[in-house]
Amino acid sequence: MTEKLAASSRSADLTDVRVTRSRSNTLYSGVGALVLIVVLFAFPYYVGPGTTGIMVQGLIVLTLASMWNLLAGYAGLVSVGQQAFFGLGAYFVLIPAMHGITPWFGLVFAAIGAAACAVPLWWLVARLRLGYFAIATWVLASVVMLVIEQISSIGGGTGEPLPGLSGMQPAVLTAYTYWAALTVAVLAIGGVYLLLRSKVGLTLTAIRDDERAARSSGVRVGLARMGVFIAAAAGCGAAGGVLAIEQLQVVPGTAGGVFSVQWTAEMAFAVIIGGIGTIEGPILGTIVYMVLQQELQSYNAWYLIVLGAVAITIALFARRGLWGTVVDRFNIRLFPVGYHLWAPGESRRRKRREPAHVAP
Amino acid sequence: MAWVNAIIQGILIGGLYALFACGLSLMFGVMKVVNLAHGDLAVMAGYIGVGVIAVTHVPVLWSIPIVVILMAVIGYILQRSIIQGAISRGELTTLIVTFGLSIIIENALQQFFTANSRGIGVGESFITASFSIGSQIVIPWLYVVIFVLAVVVLLGLQQYLSRSRYGRLIRAVADDQEAAQLSGANYRHVFGIAAAIAFGTVAVAGMFEGMITTISPTLGTDTILLFAFASVVIGGLGSLWGTLLGGVILGVAQAVGAQINPSWEQLAGYAVFLLVLVIRPQGLVGQGATS
Repeated sequence: MTEKLAASSRSADLTDVRVTRSRSNTLYSGVGALVLIVVLFAFPYYVGPGTTGIMVQGLIVLTLASMWNLLAGYAGLVSVGQQAFFGLGAYFVLIPAMHGITPWFGLVFAAIGAAACAVPLWWLVARLRLGYFAIATWVLASVVMLVIEQISSIGGGTGEPLPGLSGMQPAVLTAYTYWAALTVAVLAIGGVYLLLRSKVGLTLTAIRDDERAARSSGVRVGLARMGVFIAAAAGCGAAGGVLAIEQLQVVPGTAGGVFSVQWTAEMAFAVIIGGIGTIEGPILGTIVYMVLQQELQSYNAWYLIVLGAVAITIALFARRGLWGTVVDRFNIRLFPVGYHLWAPGESRRRKRREPAHVAP
Repeated sequence: MAWVNAIIQGILIGGLYALFACGLSLMFGVMKVVNLAHGDLAVMAGYIGVGVIAVTHVPVLWSIPIVVILMAVIGYILQRSIIQGAISRGELTTLIVTFGLSIIIENALQQFFTANSRGIGVGESFITASFSIGSQIVIPWLYVVIFVLAVVVLLGLQQYLSRSRYGRLIRAVADDQEAAQLSGANYRHVFGIAAAIAFGTVAVAGMFEGMITTISPTLGTDTILLFAFASVVIGGLGSLWGTLLGGVILGVAQAVGAQINPSWEQLAGYAVFLLVLVIRPQGLVGQGATS
């Protein structure tokens, strides 16, 4: 509706200008995405549990990367403490499971619980910006971990095995875990897409372009940021819940545990490599991450070193990441969240953008 | 009396926290860089110290200036290359680059030195030597020496920034980069010098950490960076004495927390940090932590 309105209001003086969200390739990419999702859901029937196991890890990182992209790429919130919500999500699957609630349903608790915890934590860091925000979230993650390690009934500092799934066949369990991870990832990406196309997306774009101007125009900057922070916490929480199911245990701590900053490193690097501020970027970045991780997995920590080096290089020399480079070259968008202004005479079939010329 | 003992130890360890914090504070004050790799640099300096002592067999005290010079050179080079490149591309890039450095350093240390913790030996007799006031209060000499050295470094830094030619240049560039540039100051070089100083102080702190306890690759992100940041926030930005106060308050809070329950040590410190963040975000001394 908005598209037509926007187009018609301009058509009085600018006859040949149209404004649309989507272009023809959006239809193709939408159908393509649906087919891809169906194919991905059918995966456990065709490939072995080893492959689906690896895919689960990739889907966890994909969910996390989409959330971090929403935070840093759209709301300007560079959080280095997302492992707090990731870990909380794992515990919000564990705790109901210890009371007899199936972990699959626990994923809902993970998302809601992490989001609920995000509200008071947001209140603590809401005033801070950029670098200060980054370290403060890191401190909060440490505080959350220290508090959870005090509670001995959920495993204290050593962790706790996840009950409730012991009766399942390993192969069946892997398939179910994969479907859960895929569902979480699809919901996360779809949620980000819908959020950015909504009024919130417009608000975030206004803040990103000029925060002061947005604020003085009556945009509720703080509210929008809080919304994004809570939404990202929910997504990271659900991903943490998937990890708890995948590992069949929850281990706190920073060395290899759910509160390790390496989780945030992985999500941030995937976003930077793929292209920050685009929905497609985290997907591409996660694929790069998975390839690197699989190639270098026999060299222990080397994949994180290489990933960090690649992320630094891309942040310095190709700021818009791999997807940004693709967009610049071919001008395609699989998830259109902005608007496209059709230049007079521009054809729907044209792929490359003409050099900009002023409308009459 | 155990309480007095805890508080005195907290004050003394606070000097070390302030030493960790002053480099972080300096880099933010001068270049507006929040260096997320700060803690890992301290750990890296500690490991360099271990290596220098093992290879050259110099006494521990003499290894400190060697490590400081090495780290200062590394700091200058890093600042002139990738950190400067990141600064000119915006704050998000700066955060990504320093975060990337942090993860790279931590995992590289883990790769080369394993995850085991190491200490910098200062001689068995010196570590255990202590003096007592009355019958209950026992203070290790090592803590006193490190506190005094930390205060000396902070004092020296304060004097350097306010008196010396380069110190004035650094403050001029921090105040108004463009005006300083127009007056003929090469701000990139000045940034490099500031980074070299920051890396030098963090090297001293990293070495001391290795002497008081032990260092391990994950220590930088687990505690050092967070303690340094908490000290800066508690004390307030822009004042080295505020940073010392912040470090001491953090140290005392941790010591008192540990006295109540050994596992509350870090939590008590962070509780004070969060309290200051909520009640007095500009810090106890200083101008402001918000935007």
